[in-house]
Amino acid sequence: MPDLGSYAVYVIGAYAVSLGLIGALVWASVARARKVRAQLEEVERRPRHG
Amino acid sequence: MSIWEYANPVKFIRTTDRLLPWLWGVAIACLGAGLIWGFFFTPDDFRQGSTVKIIYLHVPAALMAINAWLMMLVASLIWIVRRHHVSALAARAAAPVGAVMTVIALATGAIWGQPMWGTWWAWDPRLTSFLILFLFYLGYMALWEAIENDDTAADLTSILCLVGSVFALLSRYAVLFWNQGLHQGASLSMDAEENVADVFWYPLLVCIAGFVALFVALVFLRTQTEIRARRTRALRLRERMA
Repeated sequence: MPDLGSYAVYVIGAYAVSLGLIGALVWASVARARKVRAQLEEVERRPRHG
Repeated sequence: MSIWEYANPVKFIRTTDRLLPWLWGVAIACLGAGLIWGFFFTPDDFRQGSTVKIIYLHVPAALMAINAWLMMLVASLIWIVRRHHVSALAARAAAPVGAVMTVIALATGAIWGQPMWGTWWAWDPRLTSFLILFLFYLGYMALWEAIENDDTAADLTSILCLVGSVFALLSRYAVLFWNQGLHQGASLSMDAEENVADVFWYPLLVCIAGFVALFVALVFLRTQTEIRARRTRALRLRERMA
């Protein structure tokens, strides 16, 4: 761990906020992609009428 | 072979499916390498101390915040002129990514500003135009959600995107034509006198490459999702009408 001196809380805070937001964005995007793909497959499996 | 072939949703999904693993790989490799290099292996700045390490997140996020909106502008113009649904859905898909990049830029800027400027926030031209850009992102996403008809939503959000582009460009160039405010000039410049020192510049370039790859990967994935969601809505509507 580098010596961040008196600014450690700011530097680590900036990294924590940014990586947390990026992680949440990726997680939400992947989760919605899976959910929507499953919904489409379910609708396409249903028998069509008319 | 024409670029408009990718306006076909099936062709778009098939092509981006092949590209996505590579994009995720480049994003993870560049972000990992750039951030580890910048955080652990670069020295403190003689004026900013260790807070200079925030540059590896702040600058790429700010770049992506502006360029995401400009990408949405191009996609919106394609929708307005050529009526390709994939372009409208790509613009929609990019908005949450751009909004998160704007929040990261604003948050890291505030966290850096407190020890360096002595304040979390100032009504400086660049900061203010960035805040307005964030509000435009929120408005854009809200407008998509508020309108049931996809084509009407695409039309109205495209117009909003055109208007918001003024603030996207303003947030990029505000520091150049307003000689007031706290925000310093551009960190990335072709002028060697103005640019950051090489020891910070190279890891920063790697981080920017990682953010670009991450943005493209997320937009491809989210556009695929929007295409599938649109088809699901259409099939459900057809079922109800049958």
